[in-house]
Amino acid sequence: MARKSKKGEKQEMEMVRIYIMGKEYKVPAGLTIMKAMEYAGYRYIRGAGCRAGFCGACATVYRKEGDYKLHADLACQTTVEDGMWLVQLPFTPANKAIYDMDKIEADDKTLVNFYPEIARCVSCNTCTKACPQELDVMDYIQASLRGDIAKAAELSFDCIQCGLCAMRCPAEIAHYHVAQLARRLYGKYIAPKARHLEERVKEIEEGKFDEEMKKMMKMSVTQLRKLYNARDIEPEED
Amino acid sequence: MNWLLSKVEELSGENLYACYQCGKCSAGCPMVEEMDLLPNQVILLVKLGDESVVEAKSPWVCAQCYQCGVRCPREVDIAKIMEAIRLIKLRKNIDHIKLENVEKNLPQIAIVSATRKYTG
Amino acid sequence: MEMGYYPGCTLKTNAKVFEDSLLKAFEKIGIKLKELNKWYCCGTVYSLATDNLMYRLAAIRNLIRAKEDGHEKLVAPCSICYNTLKQANLMAKSDEEAMSKINAFMDEEPDYDGSVSVIHPLEVIEAKLQEIKAAVKKPLGKKYAAYYGCLLLRPKEIAIDEHENPSIMERLIEALGGSVVNFPLKNECCGSYNVASNKEAVIDANYRIITNARRNGADAIVTSCPLCHFNLKEMQKEVKKVHPEFAGLPVYYFSELMVEAFGIEMEG
Ligand code: SF4
Ligand code: SF4
Ligand code: SF4
Ligand code: SF4
Ligand code: FES
Repeated sequence: MARKSKKGEKQEMEMVRIYIMGKEYKVPAGLTIMKAMEYAGYRYIRGAGCRAGFCGACATVYRKEGDYKLHADLACQTTVEDGMWLVQLPFTPANKAIYDMDKIEADDKTLVNFYPEIARCVSCNTCTKACPQELDVMDYIQASLRGDIAKAAELSFDCIQCGLCAMRCPAEIAHYHVAQLARRLYGKYIAPKARHLEERVKEIEEGKFDEEMKKMMKMSVTQLRKLYNARDIEPEED
Repeated sequence: MNWLLSKVEELSGENLYACYQCGKCSAGCPMVEEMDLLPNQVILLVKLGDESVVEAKSPWVCAQCYQCGVRCPREVDIAKIMEAIRLIKLRKNIDHIKLENVEKNLPQIAIVSATRKYTG
Repeated sequence: MEMGYYPGCTLKTNAKVFEDSLLKAFEKIGIKLKELNKWYCCGTVYSLATDNLMYRLAAIRNLIRAKEDGHEKLVAPCSICYNTLKQANLMAKSDEEAMSKINAFMDEEPDYDGSVSVIHPLEVIEAKLQEIKAAVKKPLGKKYAAYYGCLLLRPKEIAIDEHENPSIMERLIEALGGSVVNFPLKNECCGSYNVASNKEAVIDANYRIITNARRNGADAIVTSCPLCHFNLKEMQKEVKKVHPEFAGLPVYYFSELMVEAFGIEMEG
């Protein structure tokens, strides 16, 4: 394909062949899978959110010519390659356990009680290979199984819940739900409490800052900006 | 050879025709009181192609203790035969128990074993 | 001396006391058990189907980790883990076809050749009985029934001792100043994973085994398997519901006896 540049002379745009759900399209090289699909005429109604690799909505799987591996990635973060066979997996059906964070305890059985299927993990490592965030997914499932909530929370911290691990797991585990419970338990029951947070919340509730807030609500954007730039920053604590 | 027998032989790697029905396996089986078929009867029924063994209690109560196998004079490893029978059901994606219903707070070792023996 | 140590999930949870006492007891006889930097659930019960390599991946992966950490020997205290890792290692040594498939599947791992040897702490103990005797400060004095269960002894290829009549644990108990009772059911199954699906089988087994030990004069049962421990100890409550006359017995890990006899204080 050719297009006119500003100066009017013809410039060749490099195109690649991709196959979306089996149908061939020629799309400009360098596009992300998401943009390439839109270029090919698809419209995202679901399966796209932030377009920046944070929301986990745009899970996609693909194979490349001459490569047996099934790759899993984020459509908004992955550049198309010539000969790519791809499809979107915008949603992974998975049950989330029902729990009341105030009523459950963080012990070495909590995770396996809510998600007994983690005991089915065979350590095949497929989840880790599938994770677009490059997390040690198998390791956080293994930590969950042995009741190491802190480790599961730490290893899964960057999970964006794209569901790709869960789609590939032969043990039919919904990893991200397990990880989310681990992080919630960690945050509520295990992580050391931030020293000033509780005091500050109490001060807010007692209305200590009401006056100041009222004042700020009347300020113009310029005034607010000035105030913000001149704010005190507390030194970080170790 | 009936399909059940050939499937069990394929999955277990055991020769069921080696068994001469002496009953030594059943005599030593610690789970035999909980079983509806004696281990040696299980072998016989598989040879006869009786598919009811898959839903019988015995293969699911077998604790893979290996006692039968070490005592069998014909070196038939019955634990492997019990596993093969379980897999005939489990590999059709039919679980023998619902994991959600397993008692909570059992040691990990018990839950993991249950997933391996009762879910496909 | 340092040896690789594979804890398994249950030594980190229900059987924490097993881990704590074992590490302390071994330290006392000059052995440091060094936990693998990374490990995975071994999958417990070894898969018996000819073609089920999937269920053996975890065991092989653990052995690769052990090799990576530079261990020639890997100590697995939980009887089920021991059995599973050991059988997987035998496969690695003898079944070339299976291993070529596993190695190809785990393309992110180095190939495994079966070169790590999987051992049970009781095997280590057998060679150290003199040191153990010398370390005893408070001889035990009671009468114990040594319960081996299944998976330290069967299948024969992995047995840590004579499979119909083992004696390692008895020799340990005597070295610690305890006495042992005759115990015909020492290698009879506790019902194992039936506890998750068919509790009656475990209740019956518990009743049979503990009653047999009591009739032979035991004050306590000694074991090395967290599942035997659970089925024999925690299930006694349930046994009492069915057999009101049932008196029960305390159940210990062999390593608990070691720290007791060595006079080591355990926290908690
Ligand atoms: S852990 Fe699973 S859900 Fe989370 S980012 Fe990785 S693949 Fe996606
Ligand atoms: S894909 Fe599933 S079975 Fe495989 S390692 Fe991950 S959690 Fe375990
Ligand atoms: S012990 Fe062996 S030969 Fe005898 S009945 Fe059992 S399987 Fe058959
Ligand atoms: S392996 Fe199964 S059938 Fe054989 S003796 Fe043990 S419980 Fe009985
Ligand atoms: S659209 Fe949000 S991660 Fe791709």
